[in-house]
Amino acid sequence: MTLLEVRGLDAGYGDFQALFGIDVDVAEGETLAMIGANGAGKTTFLRVLAGQVPTRAGSITFEGADIGAVRAHRRVGIGIALVPEGRKLFGSLTVRENLIIGAHPGRPGRWSLDTVLEVFPLIRPLLERPSHVLSGGEQQAVAIGRALMSNPRLILLDEVSLGLAPVVVKSLYEALPALSEGGATVLLVEQDIGQALSVASRVVCLLEGRVSLEGRPADLARSDITAAYFGMPATAGSEGPS
Amino acid sequence: MEWLNAVVQGIMLGGLFALFATGLSLAFGVMRFVNLAHGDLAILGAFVAVSVTSALGLNPFVSLVIVVPVMLAAGYGLQLGAFNFTVGADPLPSILVTFGLGVVIQNALLQTYSADSRGLDVGSIEVESIAITDAIAVGWIPLITLAVAITVLLGLQLMLSRTALGRAFRAVSDDPATARLMGINDRNLYAVAMGIAFATVAIAGVFLGIRQSFGPTDGPAQLLYAFEAVVIGGLGSVWGTLIGGLLLGVAHGIGGQVEVSYGYGSGPLLGHLVFLAVLATKPAGLLGRRTE
Repeated sequence: MTLLEVRGLDAGYGDFQALFGIDVDVAEGETLAMIGANGAGKTTFLRVLAGQVPTRAGSITFEGADIGAVRAHRRVGIGIALVPEGRKLFGSLTVRENLIIGAHPGRPGRWSLDTVLEVFPLIRPLLERPSHVLSGGEQQAVAIGRALMSNPRLILLDEVSLGLAPVVVKSLYEALPALSEGGATVLLVEQDIGQALSVASRVVCLLEGRVSLEGRPADLARSDITAAYFGMPATAGSEGPS
Repeated sequence: MEWLNAVVQGIMLGGLFALFATGLSLAFGVMRFVNLAHGDLAILGAFVAVSVTSALGLNPFVSLVIVVPVMLAAGYGLQLGAFNFTVGADPLPSILVTFGLGVVIQNALLQTYSADSRGLDVGSIEVESIAITDAIAVGWIPLITLAVAITVLLGLQLMLSRTALGRAFRAVSDDPATARLMGINDRNLYAVAMGIAFATVAIAGVFLGIRQSFGPTDGPAQLLYAFEAVVIGGLGSVWGTLIGGLLLGVAHGIGGQVEVSYGYGSGPLLGHLVFLAVLATKPAGLLGRRTE
Protein backbone atom coordinates (compact mmCIF):
# COMPACT_ATOMS: atom_id res chain seq x y z
CA MET A 1 0.00 0.00 0.00
CA THR A 2 1.23 3.49 -0.82
CA LEU A 3 1.72 5.57 2.33
CA LEU A 4 2.98 8.72 0.67
CA GLU A 5 2.40 9.88 -2.87
CA VAL A 6 4.13 13.00 -4.14
CA ARG A 7 3.19 14.32 -7.59
CA GLY A 8 4.71 17.17 -9.59
CA LEU A 9 6.11 18.87 -6.50
CA ASP A 10 7.74 22.29 -6.88
CA ALA A 11 9.21 24.08 -3.87
CA GLY A 12 11.83 26.66 -3.03
CA TYR A 13 12.90 29.65 -0.98
CA GLY A 14 12.17 33.16 -2.25
CA ASP A 15 13.43 33.48 -5.82
CA PHE A 16 15.27 30.20 -5.60
CA GLN A 17 13.47 27.08 -6.75
CA ALA A 18 14.92 23.94 -5.17
CA LEU A 19 12.55 21.20 -6.39
CA PHE A 20 11.12 20.73 -9.89
CA GLY A 21 8.21 18.38 -10.52
CA ILE A 22 9.19 15.69 -8.03
CA ASP A 23 7.25 12.40 -8.26
CA VAL A 24 7.94 9.99 -5.43
CA ASP A 25 5.94 7.13 -3.93
CA VAL A 26 6.71 5.63 -0.54
CA ALA A 27 5.18 2.26 0.21
CA GLU A 28 4.14 1.37 3.72
CA GLY A 29 6.90 -0.40 5.65
CA GLU A 30 9.72 0.24 3.21
CA THR A 31 12.95 2.10 3.89
CA LEU A 32 13.48 4.61 1.12
CA ALA A 33 16.86 6.30 0.80
CA MET A 34 17.04 9.62 -1.00
CA ILE A 35 20.56 10.34 -2.15
CA GLY A 36 22.13 13.21 -4.02
CA ALA A 37 24.95 15.72 -3.89
CA ASN A 38 24.99 18.80 -1.71
CA GLY A 39 22.28 21.19 -2.90
CA ALA A 40 20.33 18.56 -4.83
CA GLY A 41 17.16 19.39 -2.85
CA LYS A 42 17.01 16.42 -0.47
CA THR A 43 16.66 18.44 2.71
CA THR A 44 14.13 20.74 1.06
CA PHE A 45 12.07 17.71 0.09
CA LEU A 46 11.95 16.50 3.70
CA ARG A 47 11.16 19.99 4.95
CA VAL A 48 8.25 20.20 2.50
CA LEU A 49 6.93 16.88 3.80
CA ALA A 50 7.24 18.17 7.39
CA GLY A 51 5.44 21.39 6.50
CA GLN A 52 8.42 23.68 7.08
CA VAL A 53 8.61 24.73 3.43
CA PRO A 54 5.40 25.39 1.45
CA THR A 55 4.67 23.63 -1.82
CA ARG A 56 4.45 25.81 -4.93
CA ALA A 57 2.88 23.26 -7.20
CA GLY A 58 1.97 19.60 -7.11
CA SER A 59 0.37 17.48 -4.44
CA ILE A 60 1.34 15.47 -1.38
CA THR A 61 -1.00 12.64 -0.47
CA PHE A 62 -0.48 10.88 2.85
CA GLU A 63 -2.62 7.88 3.75
CA GLY A 64 -5.00 8.89 0.97
CA ALA A 65 -5.49 12.49 2.11
CA ASP A 66 -4.04 15.62 0.53
CA ILE A 67 -1.87 17.20 3.23
CA GLY A 68 -0.45 20.11 1.23
CA ALA A 69 -2.38 22.65 3.33
CA VAL A 70 -1.78 20.98 6.70
CA ARG A 71 0.38 23.29 8.83
CA ALA A 72 3.72 22.17 10.24
CA HIS A 73 2.60 21.74 13.85
CA ARG A 74 -0.26 19.46 12.75
CA ARG A 75 1.84 17.10 10.64
CA VAL A 76 3.20 15.23 13.64
CA GLY A 77 -0.38 14.60 14.69
CA ILE A 78 -1.15 12.85 11.39
CA GLY A 79 1.95 10.70 11.72
CA ILE A 80 4.87 12.46 10.03
CA ALA A 81 7.97 13.10 12.14
CA LEU A 82 11.15 14.81 10.94
CA VAL A 83 14.59 14.31 12.45
CA PRO A 84 16.06 17.57 11.19
CA GLU A 85 19.49 18.12 9.77
CA GLY A 86 21.85 19.16 12.55
CA ARG A 87 19.74 17.36 15.20
CA LYS A 88 18.19 20.61 16.49
CA LEU A 89 17.76 19.48 20.08
CA PHE A 90 16.35 22.05 22.50
CA GLY A 91 19.45 23.27 24.33
CA SER A 92 17.73 24.51 27.45
CA LEU A 93 15.85 21.23 27.95
CA THR A 94 17.29 18.10 29.51
CA VAL A 95 17.61 14.95 27.44
CA ARG A 96 14.53 13.52 29.16
CA GLU A 97 12.54 16.68 28.39
CA ASN A 98 13.73 16.59 24.78
CA LEU A 99 12.34 13.08 24.46
CA ILE A 100 9.08 13.76 26.30
CA ILE A 101 8.33 16.85 24.22
CA GLY A 102 8.40 14.63 21.13
CA ALA A 103 5.42 12.63 22.37
CA HIS A 104 2.01 13.50 20.96
CA PRO A 105 -1.14 12.98 23.03
CA GLY A 106 -3.09 11.85 19.98
CA ARG A 107 -0.56 9.20 19.00
CA PRO A 108 -0.07 6.48 21.59
CA GLY A 109 1.67 3.33 20.44
CA ARG A 110 4.72 1.18 20.70
CA TRP A 111 7.18 3.99 21.32
CA SER A 112 7.58 5.49 24.76
CA LEU A 113 10.51 6.69 26.85
CA ASP A 114 11.24 3.10 27.87
CA THR A 115 11.15 1.58 24.39
CA VAL A 116 13.24 4.41 22.95
CA LEU A 117 15.84 3.80 25.66
CA GLU A 118 15.88 0.10 24.72
CA VAL A 119 16.86 0.99 21.16
CA PHE A 120 19.31 3.69 22.24
CA PRO A 121 20.67 2.50 25.60
CA LEU A 122 23.50 5.04 25.41
CA ILE A 123 20.97 7.79 26.22
CA ARG A 124 19.85 6.28 29.53
CA PRO A 125 22.66 7.62 31.74
CA LEU A 126 22.32 11.06 30.11
CA LEU A 127 18.62 11.65 30.78
CA GLU A 128 19.02 14.45 33.30
CA ARG A 129 21.79 16.27 31.43
CA PRO A 130 21.14 19.41 29.42
CA SER A 131 21.11 18.31 25.80
CA HIS A 132 23.73 20.81 24.64
CA VAL A 133 26.53 19.00 26.50
CA LEU A 134 26.00 15.75 24.55
CA SER A 135 28.32 14.53 21.81
CA GLY A 136 27.12 14.62 18.21
CA GLY A 137 26.28 10.92 18.15
CA GLU A 138 24.39 11.11 21.43
CA GLN A 139 22.47 14.11 20.17
CA GLN A 140 21.56 12.26 16.98
CA ALA A 141 20.27 9.31 19.00
CA VAL A 142 18.15 11.68 21.12
CA ALA A 143 16.86 13.41 17.99
CA ILE A 144 15.75 10.09 16.46
CA GLY A 145 14.26 9.02 19.79
CA ARG A 146 12.40 12.32 20.07
CA ALA A 147 10.81 11.74 16.67
CA LEU A 148 9.90 8.15 17.58
CA MET A 149 8.08 9.34 20.71
CA SER A 150 5.20 10.53 18.51
CA ASN A 151 4.76 7.02 17.07
CA PRO A 152 5.04 8.24 13.48
CA ARG A 153 3.77 6.34 10.45
CA LEU A 154 6.49 8.03 8.42
CA ILE A 155 9.80 9.09 9.93
CA LEU A 156 12.01 11.43 7.93
CA LEU A 157 15.73 11.24 8.72
CA ASP A 158 17.87 14.07 7.40
CA GLU A 159 21.59 13.34 7.13
CA VAL A 160 21.91 11.10 10.16
CA SER A 161 25.62 10.59 9.45
CA LEU A 162 26.55 14.24 9.02
CA GLY A 163 29.60 15.20 11.08
CA LEU A 164 29.74 11.94 13.01
CA ALA A 165 32.55 9.41 13.37
CA PRO A 166 32.07 6.28 11.20
CA VAL A 167 31.75 4.02 14.22
CA VAL A 168 28.97 6.21 15.60
CA VAL A 169 27.18 6.27 12.25
CA LYS A 170 27.39 2.49 12.09
CA SER A 171 25.73 2.07 15.48
CA LEU A 172 22.98 4.55 14.58
CA TYR A 173 22.29 2.71 11.34
CA GLU A 174 22.13 -0.58 13.21
CA ALA A 175 19.19 0.89 15.13
CA LEU A 176 17.21 1.70 11.97
CA PRO A 177 15.65 -1.76 11.49
CA ALA A 178 14.04 -1.32 14.92
CA LEU A 179 12.21 1.72 13.54
CA SER A 180 10.68 -0.31 10.73
CA GLU A 181 9.82 -3.15 13.09
CA GLY A 182 8.09 -0.59 15.30
CA GLY A 183 5.70 0.19 12.46
CA ALA A 184 7.34 3.27 10.97
CA THR A 185 8.09 3.73 7.31
CA VAL A 186 11.52 5.30 6.93
CA LEU A 187 12.51 7.96 4.43
CA LEU A 188 16.13 8.86 4.87
CA VAL A 189 18.29 11.41 3.15
CA GLU A 190 22.00 10.76 2.85
CA GLN A 191 25.11 11.95 1.12
CA ASP A 192 26.85 8.79 2.26
CA ILE A 193 25.64 6.46 -0.50
CA GLY A 194 27.26 3.31 0.88
CA GLN A 195 25.50 3.74 4.19
CA ALA A 196 22.19 4.53 2.53
CA LEU A 197 22.31 1.53 0.20
CA SER A 198 23.09 -0.81 3.08
CA VAL A 199 19.72 -0.22 4.75
CA ALA A 200 17.44 0.92 1.95
CA SER A 201 14.88 -1.24 0.19
CA ARG A 202 14.61 1.43 -2.52
CA VAL A 203 16.67 4.43 -3.64
CA VAL A 204 15.72 7.73 -5.21
CA CYS A 205 18.49 9.98 -6.47
CA LEU A 206 18.01 13.73 -6.79
CA LEU A 207 20.04 15.89 -9.12
CA GLU A 208 19.57 19.66 -9.10
CA GLY A 209 16.03 19.38 -7.80
CA ARG A 210 14.86 16.60 -10.12
CA VAL A 211 14.59 12.85 -9.73
CA SER A 212 17.49 11.42 -11.73
CA LEU A 213 17.23 7.76 -10.77
CA GLU A 214 14.93 5.43 -8.90
CA GLY A 215 15.09 1.73 -8.14
CA ARG A 216 16.02 -1.08 -5.79
CA PRO A 217 19.68 -1.10 -4.74
CA ALA A 218 20.20 -4.63 -6.10
CA ASP A 219 18.93 -3.62 -9.54
CA LEU A 220 21.08 -0.50 -9.91
CA ALA A 221 24.55 -0.57 -11.39
CA ARG A 222 27.17 1.44 -9.57
CA SER A 223 27.85 3.44 -12.73
CA ASP A 224 24.16 4.37 -13.05
CA ILE A 225 24.12 5.69 -9.50
CA THR A 226 27.30 7.67 -10.08
CA ALA A 227 25.88 9.19 -13.25
CA ALA A 228 22.61 10.07 -11.53
CA TYR A 229 24.45 11.49 -8.53
CA PHE A 230 26.86 13.72 -10.45
CA GLY A 231 24.81 14.28 -13.59
CA MET A 232 27.50 12.91 -15.89
CA PRO A 233 28.38 9.44 -17.12
CA ALA A 234 30.94 7.63 -15.03
CA THR A 235 34.34 7.36 -16.69
CA ALA A 236 35.93 3.96 -17.03
CA GLY A 237 37.56 2.75 -13.83
CA SER A 238 35.97 5.34 -11.58
CA GLU A 239 34.81 4.02 -8.26
CA GLY A 240 32.02 6.52 -7.85
CA PRO A 241 31.22 8.36 -4.64
CA SER A 242 31.87 6.64 -1.33
CA MET B 1 19.52 53.00 61.63
CA GLU B 2 17.80 55.23 59.10
CA TRP B 3 20.06 53.77 56.41
CA LEU B 4 19.01 50.26 57.37
CA ASN B 5 15.42 51.46 57.21
CA ALA B 6 16.09 52.84 53.73
CA VAL B 7 17.32 49.41 52.63
CA VAL B 8 14.31 47.64 54.16
CA GLN B 9 11.85 50.05 52.54
CA GLY B 10 13.78 49.68 49.30
CA ILE B 11 13.37 45.91 49.37
CA MET B 12 9.64 46.38 49.82
CA LEU B 13 9.51 48.80 46.88
CA GLY B 14 11.59 46.31 44.92
CA GLY B 15 8.74 43.83 45.18
CA LEU B 16 6.59 46.20 43.12
CA PHE B 17 9.37 46.70 40.57
CA ALA B 18 9.78 42.94 40.25
CA LEU B 19 6.03 42.56 39.64
CA PHE B 20 6.23 45.18 36.90
CA ALA B 21 9.21 43.49 35.33
CA THR B 22 7.79 39.94 35.31
CA GLY B 23 5.64 40.22 32.20
CA LEU B 24 8.29 42.14 30.32
CA SER B 25 10.84 39.46 31.12
CA LEU B 26 8.49 36.59 30.18
CA ALA B 27 7.56 38.09 26.80
CA PHE B 28 11.19 38.70 25.99
CA GLY B 29 12.28 35.29 27.24
CA VAL B 30 9.70 33.31 25.26
CA MET B 31 9.53 35.27 21.99
CA ARG B 32 12.17 38.06 22.12
CA PHE B 33 9.28 40.49 22.24
CA VAL B 34 9.94 44.02 23.53
CA ASN B 35 6.71 45.54 24.82
CA LEU B 36 6.95 49.32 25.12
CA ALA B 37 3.29 49.50 26.18
CA HIS B 38 4.01 47.46 29.31
CA GLY B 39 3.83 50.43 31.69
CA ASP B 40 0.64 51.69 30.08
CA LEU B 41 -0.86 48.22 30.44
CA ALA B 42 -0.16 48.36 34.18
CA ILE B 43 -1.97 51.68 34.38
CA LEU B 44 -4.77 50.22 32.24
CA GLY B 45 -5.05 47.36 34.74
CA ALA B 46 -5.28 49.88 37.59
CA PHE B 47 -8.04 51.81 35.80
CA VAL B 48 -9.95 48.60 35.08
CA ALA B 49 -9.75 47.98 38.84
CA VAL B 50 -11.10 51.50 39.43
CA SER B 51 -14.13 50.70 37.26
CA VAL B 52 -14.65 47.29 38.84
CA THR B 53 -14.39 48.58 42.40
CA SER B 54 -16.75 51.50 41.79
CA ALA B 55 -19.27 49.51 39.79
CA LEU B 56 -19.42 46.47 42.07
CA GLY B 57 -18.31 48.03 45.35
CA LEU B 58 -15.48 45.53 45.69
CA ASN B 59 -12.26 45.87 47.64
CA PRO B 60 -9.38 46.47 45.15
CA PHE B 61 -7.73 43.23 46.31
CA VAL B 62 -10.92 41.32 45.49
CA SER B 63 -11.23 43.15 42.17
CA LEU B 64 -8.14 41.22 41.03
CA VAL B 65 -10.44 38.23 40.57
CA ILE B 66 -12.01 40.13 37.68
CA VAL B 67 -9.14 42.38 36.53
CA VAL B 68 -6.61 39.57 36.08
CA PRO B 69 -8.78 37.35 33.83
CA VAL B 70 -9.87 40.39 31.79
CA MET B 71 -6.27 41.45 31.19
CA LEU B 72 -5.22 37.85 30.52
CA ALA B 73 -7.86 37.59 27.81
CA ALA B 74 -6.82 40.97 26.41
CA GLY B 75 -3.19 39.85 26.21
CA TYR B 76 -4.12 36.57 24.55
CA GLY B 77 -6.32 38.34 22.00
CA LEU B 78 -3.85 41.13 21.24
CA GLN B 79 -1.05 38.65 20.64
CA LEU B 80 -3.16 36.59 18.24
CA GLY B 81 -4.66 39.59 16.50
CA ALA B 82 -1.69 41.94 16.30
CA PHE B 83 1.57 41.14 18.09
CA ASN B 84 2.09 37.80 16.33
CA PHE B 85 2.55 39.67 13.06
CA THR B 86 5.55 41.47 14.57
CA VAL B 87 7.32 38.51 16.20
CA GLY B 88 10.53 37.59 14.42
CA ALA B 89 14.25 38.08 14.27
CA ASP B 90 13.91 41.86 13.97
CA PRO B 91 12.70 43.50 17.21
CA LEU B 92 11.85 46.81 15.49
CA PRO B 93 8.26 45.94 14.40
CA SER B 94 7.31 44.91 17.95
CA ILE B 95 8.85 48.10 19.35
CA LEU B 96 6.93 50.29 16.90
CA VAL B 97 3.61 48.51 17.35
CA THR B 98 3.75 48.52 21.15
CA PHE B 99 4.91 52.15 21.19
CA GLY B 100 1.79 52.97 19.20
CA LEU B 101 -0.34 50.83 21.49
CA GLY B 102 0.99 52.78 24.48
CA VAL B 103 -0.11 56.06 22.89
CA VAL B 104 -3.53 54.59 22.14
CA ILE B 105 -3.96 53.32 25.72
CA GLN B 106 -2.93 56.65 27.24
CA ASN B 107 -5.37 58.62 25.11
CA ALA B 108 -8.18 56.13 25.58
CA LEU B 109 -7.69 56.40 29.35
CA LEU B 110 -7.66 60.21 29.14
CA GLN B 111 -10.92 60.13 27.17
CA THR B 112 -12.58 57.66 29.49
CA TYR B 113 -11.33 58.66 32.93
CA SER B 114 -10.10 62.28 32.41
CA ALA B 115 -6.61 63.41 33.45
CA ASP B 116 -7.42 63.33 37.18
CA SER B 117 -5.26 61.24 39.45
CA ARG B 118 -6.95 58.23 40.97
CA GLY B 119 -6.21 55.85 43.79
CA LEU B 120 -7.43 52.45 44.89
CA ASP B 121 -8.69 52.49 48.47
CA VAL B 122 -8.23 49.31 50.48
CA GLY B 123 -9.13 50.84 53.83
CA SER B 124 -7.13 51.19 57.01
CA ILE B 125 -4.58 48.53 56.10
CA GLU B 126 -2.98 51.16 53.88
CA VAL B 127 -1.52 52.96 56.89
CA GLU B 128 -0.94 49.98 59.16
CA SER B 129 2.52 48.59 59.67
CA ILE B 130 4.56 46.13 61.68
CA ALA B 131 7.17 47.68 63.93
CA ILE B 132 10.39 45.67 63.67
CA THR B 133 12.45 48.03 65.85
CA ASP B 134 11.76 51.50 67.16
CA ALA B 135 13.16 53.01 64.00
CA ILE B 136 12.05 50.48 61.42
CA ALA B 137 8.48 49.64 60.53
CA VAL B 138 7.25 47.71 57.52
CA GLY B 139 3.92 48.68 56.00
CA TRP B 140 1.42 45.92 55.36
CA ILE B 141 0.80 46.96 51.77
CA PRO B 142 4.48 46.92 50.74
CA LEU B 143 4.90 43.61 52.56
CA ILE B 144 1.91 42.08 50.78
CA THR B 145 3.22 43.46 47.47
CA LEU B 146 6.60 41.82 48.02
CA ALA B 147 4.96 38.55 49.05
CA VAL B 148 2.76 38.58 45.95
CA ALA B 149 5.77 39.37 43.73
CA ILE B 150 7.72 36.45 45.15
CA THR B 151 4.69 34.17 44.85
CA VAL B 152 4.08 35.17 41.21
CA LEU B 153 7.74 34.68 40.27
CA LEU B 154 7.97 31.39 42.16
CA GLY B 155 4.82 30.19 40.40
CA LEU B 156 6.23 31.25 37.06
CA GLN B 157 9.51 29.47 37.75
CA LEU B 158 7.70 26.27 38.77
CA MET B 159 5.50 26.47 35.68
CA LEU B 160 8.52 26.93 33.41
CA SER B 161 10.59 24.16 34.98
CA ARG B 162 7.99 21.53 35.90
CA THR B 163 5.02 21.63 33.53
CA ALA B 164 4.42 20.66 29.91
CA LEU B 165 3.45 24.27 29.20
CA GLY B 166 6.75 25.49 30.62
CA ARG B 167 8.64 22.89 28.59
CA ALA B 168 6.89 24.15 25.47
CA PHE B 169 7.74 27.76 26.37
CA ARG B 170 11.43 26.85 26.70
CA ALA B 171 11.43 24.82 23.50
CA VAL B 172 9.82 27.64 21.51
CA SER B 173 12.26 30.10 23.03
CA ASP B 174 15.16 27.90 21.86
CA ASP B 175 13.91 27.15 18.35
CA PRO B 176 10.33 27.84 17.21
CA ALA B 177 10.72 26.03 13.85
CA THR B 178 11.80 22.78 15.51
CA ALA B 179 9.16 23.21 18.21
CA ARG B 180 6.53 23.12 15.46
CA LEU B 181 7.86 19.68 14.48
CA MET B 182 6.87 18.59 18.01
CA GLY B 183 3.28 19.61 17.33
CA ILE B 184 3.63 22.90 19.20
CA ASN B 185 1.58 25.76 17.77
CA ASP B 186 4.08 28.52 18.53
CA ARG B 187 1.69 31.34 17.63
CA ASN B 188 -0.89 30.10 20.11
CA LEU B 189 1.81 29.60 22.72
CA TYR B 190 2.97 33.20 22.26
CA ALA B 191 -0.60 34.29 22.95
CA VAL B 192 -0.66 32.27 26.18
CA ALA B 193 2.64 33.87 27.23
CA MET B 194 1.31 37.35 26.49
CA GLY B 195 -1.85 36.55 28.43
CA ILE B 196 0.27 35.61 31.46
CA ALA B 197 2.38 38.76 30.96
CA PHE B 198 -0.76 40.93 30.90
CA ALA B 199 -2.11 39.17 34.00
CA THR B 200 1.08 39.86 35.98
CA VAL B 201 1.29 43.48 34.88
CA ALA B 202 -2.37 43.95 35.85
CA ILE B 203 -1.52 42.72 39.35
CA ALA B 204 1.41 45.18 39.39
CA GLY B 205 -0.87 47.99 38.25
CA VAL B 206 -3.44 47.31 40.97
CA PHE B 207 -0.74 47.24 43.65
CA LEU B 208 0.68 50.48 42.26
CA GLY B 209 -2.78 52.02 42.50
CA ILE B 210 -3.11 50.88 46.11
CA ARG B 211 0.33 52.23 46.98
CA GLN B 212 0.11 55.62 45.27
CA SER B 213 -2.11 57.80 43.11
CA PHE B 214 -1.87 57.34 39.35
CA GLY B 215 -2.98 59.04 36.14
CA PRO B 216 -3.45 57.97 32.50
CA THR B 217 0.05 59.11 31.47
CA ASP B 218 2.02 57.44 34.27
CA GLY B 219 2.77 54.31 32.23
CA PRO B 220 6.11 55.23 30.64
CA ALA B 221 7.73 55.89 34.03
CA GLN B 222 6.65 52.42 35.19
CA LEU B 223 7.98 50.95 31.96
CA LEU B 224 11.36 52.53 32.68
CA TYR B 225 11.58 50.95 36.14
CA ALA B 226 10.44 47.59 34.76
CA PHE B 227 13.07 47.76 32.04
CA GLU B 228 15.78 48.65 34.53
CA ALA B 229 14.79 45.78 36.81
CA VAL B 230 14.81 43.33 33.89
CA VAL B 231 18.14 44.51 32.53
CA ILE B 232 19.80 44.52 35.96
CA GLY B 233 18.60 40.97 36.67
CA GLY B 234 19.08 39.59 33.18
CA LEU B 235 16.57 39.41 30.31
CA GLY B 236 14.49 36.27 30.33
CA SER B 237 15.63 35.07 33.75
CA VAL B 238 12.88 34.59 36.35
CA TRP B 239 15.08 34.88 39.45
CA GLY B 240 17.05 37.63 37.74
CA THR B 241 13.82 39.61 37.51
CA LEU B 242 13.29 39.34 41.27
CA ILE B 243 16.91 40.22 42.06
CA GLY B 244 16.79 43.11 39.59
CA GLY B 245 13.59 44.46 41.09
CA LEU B 246 14.90 44.22 44.66
CA LEU B 247 18.25 45.79 43.76
CA LEU B 248 16.52 48.64 41.98
CA GLY B 249 14.22 49.09 44.96
CA VAL B 250 17.15 49.23 47.39
CA ALA B 251 18.87 51.77 45.13
CA HIS B 252 15.70 53.88 45.24
CA GLY B 253 15.55 53.54 49.03
CA ILE B 254 19.19 54.51 49.58
CA GLY B 255 18.99 57.28 46.98
CA GLY B 256 15.97 58.67 48.78
CA GLN B 257 17.82 58.60 52.10
CA VAL B 258 20.80 60.38 50.49
CA GLU B 259 18.39 63.10 49.40
CA VAL B 260 16.95 63.37 52.92
CA SER B 261 20.35 63.39 54.63
CA TYR B 262 22.41 65.50 52.26
CA GLY B 263 19.87 67.45 50.26
CA TYR B 264 20.82 66.27 46.81
CA GLY B 265 20.27 63.25 44.59
CA SER B 266 17.11 61.16 44.55
CA GLY B 267 15.91 57.57 44.62
CA PRO B 268 15.28 57.23 40.88
CA LEU B 269 18.66 58.84 40.14
CA LEU B 270 20.58 56.21 42.11
CA GLY B 271 18.40 53.56 40.47
CA HIS B 272 19.38 54.81 37.02
CA LEU B 273 23.07 54.84 38.04
CA VAL B 274 22.90 51.23 39.25
CA PHE B 275 21.19 50.30 35.98
CA LEU B 276 23.92 52.01 33.96
CA ALA B 277 26.65 50.39 36.04
CA VAL B 278 25.19 46.91 35.43
CA LEU B 279 24.69 47.63 31.74
CA ALA B 280 28.30 48.77 31.41
CA THR B 281 29.89 45.90 33.32
CA LYS B 282 27.48 42.98 32.84
CA PRO B 283 25.35 43.68 29.74
CA ALA B 284 23.60 40.29 29.99
CA GLY B 285 22.45 41.18 33.53
CA LEU B 286 23.40 39.65 36.86
CA LEU B 287 21.68 36.30 36.22
CA GLY B 288 21.09 36.60 32.49
CA ARG B 289 21.74 33.89 29.97
CA ARG B 290 24.25 34.93 27.39
CA THR B 291 22.15 35.07 24.25
CA GLU B 292 23.26 34.88 20.67
